[in-house]
Amino acid sequence: MKLKNQELSLDGLDWKILQALQENAKQTYTEIGRRFGVAHSTIYDRIKKMEESNIIEKYTAVVDLEKVGVKYITAIMTVFTDPKESENVAKKISEAKEVLEVSTSLSEELSIIAKVVAKDQDKLHSFIALKVAPLSGVLRIRTSIVTKKYKEEELLIEKK
Amino acid sequence: MPSSIARILRTLSRENAFYFFTSIGNYIGERASSLEEFVRKIGKVDAKSLEFHFYRGDFEKWVSEVLEDGELAEEINSLKNMKPVGDALRDQLYFVASKRYEKLKSEFRG
Repeated sequence: MKLKNQELSLDGLDWKILQALQENAKQTYTEIGRRFGVAHSTIYDRIKKMEESNIIEKYTAVVDLEKVGVKYITAIMTVFTDPKESENVAKKISEAKEVLEVSTSLSEELSIIAKVVAKDQDKLHSFIALKVAPLSGVLRIRTSIVTKKYKEEELLIEKK
Repeated sequence: MPSSIARILRTLSRENAFYFFTSIGNYIGERASSLEEFVRKIGKVDAKSLEFHFYRGDFEKWVSEVLEDGELAEEINSLKNMKPVGDALRDQLYFVASKRYEKLKSEFRG
């Protein structure tokens, strides 16, 4: 791993390790090393460096909430804003625990797109009416409740 | 008495204003920060928005809990018996809210 034009440059082994961890982050250094024909200490060093430089941001567990009885609804909320207030609105929305993702988009108007979860439609509406609509700079809000999810994956890195 | 009337007629903060939606999560960009503005907005917003809030009980909840006007909340609630929709709902809401506003305003002026 080298610093090149302020970007960290990874070699072929680093990419392979990242790919292996995205498939299964619980693999041991030995298992990964065996797969690529290198010593577990090499894998340890590479992973440590990528953790320290925040290339690997965190390890997490993907929980099937339905299996543990947690019922919730997901909605995609589009917030149209005054361009001068957009940044501030996006930051405020990002602070809410009900909001999982926030991005900005520029099509005909500047808007903020957020993925929101709530226990039910009433809770979703209360959150939007009491916490989002009153934010300074919010012009309009359009919300679509997700009825069926066909796919949800993280972007997997490709082999280099 | 004048102090409770003044409280009902006060201008509210952004957080306490009434925000008009047409359905769950769909805010139309109109809000009312006082009883006076609420009356005006009843005459202006899409009738779909009035129906959405009226049948969820949002108007009487806001009027009683935020404006603290139990009497107007009761009057709005009593309109439900007639199951009004569209412009008939607008007319009835406007009638009770504007009548109440004018009465409070004249009592406040003494």
